[in-house]
Amino acid sequence: MGGKILLTNIDIPGIRGFDVYRAHGGYAAVEKALREMSVAEVGTEVNRSGLRGRGGAGFPTGLKWSFLDRKSDKPRYLVCNADESEPGTFKDRYLMQHLPHLLIEGLIISSYALGVNTCYIYIRGEFKYLVGILEKAIREARQHGFLGERILGTGFSLNIYVHPGAGAYICGEETALLESLEGKRGNPRIKPPFPAFKGLYGCPTVVNNVETLATVGPIINMGGEAYSKYGRGKSTGTKLISACGNINKPGVYEIEMGLPVEDFIFSPEYCGGISNDKYLKAVIPGGSSVPILPADLILNTVKGEKRLMSYESLADGDFVSGTMLGSGGFIVFDEDACIVRNTWNLTHFYRHESCGQCSPCREGTGWMEKILYRIEHGQGKMSDIDLLVRVAKNIEGNTICPLGDAAAWPVASAIRHFRREFEYHVKHPEVVKNIHHGAIELNAELMGPDSGTGIKYW
Amino acid sequence: MKVTIDNIQVEVEDGSTILQAARKIGGKVVPPAMCYYSKLKGSGGKCRTCLVKVAQSSAKDPRPMPKLVASCSTPVQDGMVVQNLTSPEVIEARKGIVEFLLLNHPLDCPVCDQAGECDLQDLSFGFGMEETATEDERREYPVIDIGDNIKLHMNRCILCYRCVYTADQLTDKRLHGVLYRGDVSEISTFISNAVTNEFSGNVIDVCPVGALTDKTFRFKSRVWFLKPMNAHRECTKCSGKVAAWMFGNEIYRITGRKDQFGEVEEFICNECRFDKKSISDWVIDGPRHIKRQSVISANHYEELKKQSVIKPIEGFMEKQE
Repeated sequence: MGGKILLTNIDIPGIRGFDVYRAHGGYAAVEKALREMSVAEVGTEVNRSGLRGRGGAGFPTGLKWSFLDRKSDKPRYLVCNADESEPGTFKDRYLMQHLPHLLIEGLIISSYALGVNTCYIYIRGEFKYLVGILEKAIREARQHGFLGERILGTGFSLNIYVHPGAGAYICGEETALLESLEGKRGNPRIKPPFPAFKGLYGCPTVVNNVETLATVGPIINMGGEAYSKYGRGKSTGTKLISACGNINKPGVYEIEMGLPVEDFIFSPEYCGGISNDKYLKAVIPGGSSVPILPADLILNTVKGEKRLMSYESLADGDFVSGTMLGSGGFIVFDEDACIVRNTWNLTHFYRHESCGQCSPCREGTGWMEKILYRIEHGQGKMSDIDLLVRVAKNIEGNTICPLGDAAAWPVASAIRHFRREFEYHVKHPEVVKNIHHGAIELNAELMGPDSGTGIKYW
Repeated sequence: MKVTIDNIQVEVEDGSTILQAARKIGGKVVPPAMCYYSKLKGSGGKCRTCLVKVAQSSAKDPRPMPKLVASCSTPVQDGMVVQNLTSPEVIEARKGIVEFLLLNHPLDCPVCDQAGECDLQDLSFGFGMEETATEDERREYPVIDIGDNIKLHMNRCILCYRCVYTADQLTDKRLHGVLYRGDVSEISTFISNAVTNEFSGNVIDVCPVGALTDKTFRFKSRVWFLKPMNAHRECTKCSGKVAAWMFGNEIYRITGRKDQFGEVEEFICNECRFDKKSISDWVIDGPRHIKRQSVISANHYEELKKQSVIKPIEGFMEKQE
């Protein structure tokens, strides 16, 4: 189902190099945009495409660009957010590793549309090996006249710099990223002012995700109107989904928005079903920060409709029975997965990655981790479960940046949907002390083929 | 610009924050602020105790803001309607914040020098819960000296960053800062550096809790046994206007003069603060006003008749101004 837009040429040998990429239609979009289109036209095309930010929040890209303060006499910056650290998400890494020129093409066009002459790629510290790949690609583009002064003979000049971070998850938050890029401690800034007015070095700045910027090239090539035909409703185009967990074929898939979740998990074209002939238990569909959903709710909404891979459909039912598309880190759990242990693991991550600037996140993530550690290791009490809900509620919405929400949502949703498993951990401390791969006895009780929660077909 | 906070309307300048507008009204409407300090640029937004609900964003856009906002860093708009104490949501959220702040706080008020003038005490008295839900061990750090005169109890710190901003903006070179991250982050100096700057003592005044304390005053007295007096001397480094905390005719400690929101009016130098402890060094102007709610006011010292030894120099204050 659906065509590919970003990964069409991914399988061509040598596509990472400039010559092969150019031979397969690369940089045509740059030529088209710079030679034939005005700055406003590029913006209009992106607006018309309905492209939404692929980093997690799903904010319309055209709208974000329109916020940029163009009246200011200060230089403007475009920053590519390649600090992909969300557990379960690895789409940007794949894109940059195999198609670095696609990103650079998108950066050139976006910079042209925004009137930017300096562009930074802030790349995650652990992606050190990608720095070389990107810098080689930038060098090649410069040699062929697509970067540097007076690109393609027009008056537009652009320089791209790759900046590796030090490996902090919080630096994926756009204002923390800018702080880090300026050489300071990566603490998120207090908004307002927003980066569109006061961003990098106090200048107007746009921060976009790798996938978002890479999509700009194909949008110019095919036209915004044609791009918006892909997908469904307000979720236009295609999305890279990095599928992992207990599935037969983990990996990065480009799907058209609106693909049913059921098809995505069980179709041999995509994930190929649950590995080892097990049942599906739960899915985290958008990277570790979004709420976890049990099998029945991820496949169908409470209204009885099929749940689709789109911003709207996944969010259907809000946080009571829905979740979010997020960054597209699709984590699948089979019947053996222990939700308590998994939640503890995630909380451990957020505790470690909290910057420690604002009190709810700093103290709350640590507290949740301690409570979940207790429950998982057979020292929990029944009141701990309610305490967790209360702590998560106190963090949510009260923090400077979304990391607090990201830490609270998985805990709140795990308890909402898998409360019995938490209670099982409290009631059977001896069992959970020794078995870490899921509460086996509980599974037999809950996950049988007739129970309606465990789903295994195709 | 007209702003309504808890049904009280106030006119403020363009660009003020909600907190500044509330302070203009004064009284109970003012949200508590643990990290915001009007004299420190860039401070605020971190402790989240000043969260308020914006029921109406502006006259043009009557929608409420989706989340609670930090009043210290949110600029006002014309026709904004803000709920502080009138919103149960705010009270509930603030209760949660106090719980977080006290989660790893040692609650060693009986031996803490800050007790009686501690913002965290006031905050937890005003908004906190009566009991704690935590059973976990509180995090602990060793007590360290930063410089000869300042003691750092990291256990008590709530990481408001005020001292970091003070050192950044008041002194030439900041020697202390925040190390590590998350719930193990701490205020410290890198590799046991001493903080030696002439204005470094002000970090004690800006600290809302007992994390940074004056070593020359350590364990000398509870603050409510002392009487704060306005005092001044001619100082080449600072204005020389201080609050002298006295017991009889002895000066126990010198601090900056704090206003009604707990912020110092003027920063003072280390020489005034740490070295001039003799009564002959100072000209005592008279007792300072202390809020009736404060435990320090228990002595009713303001009603005392002027003692003959304390004589203000006539016309000195006018000359200074």
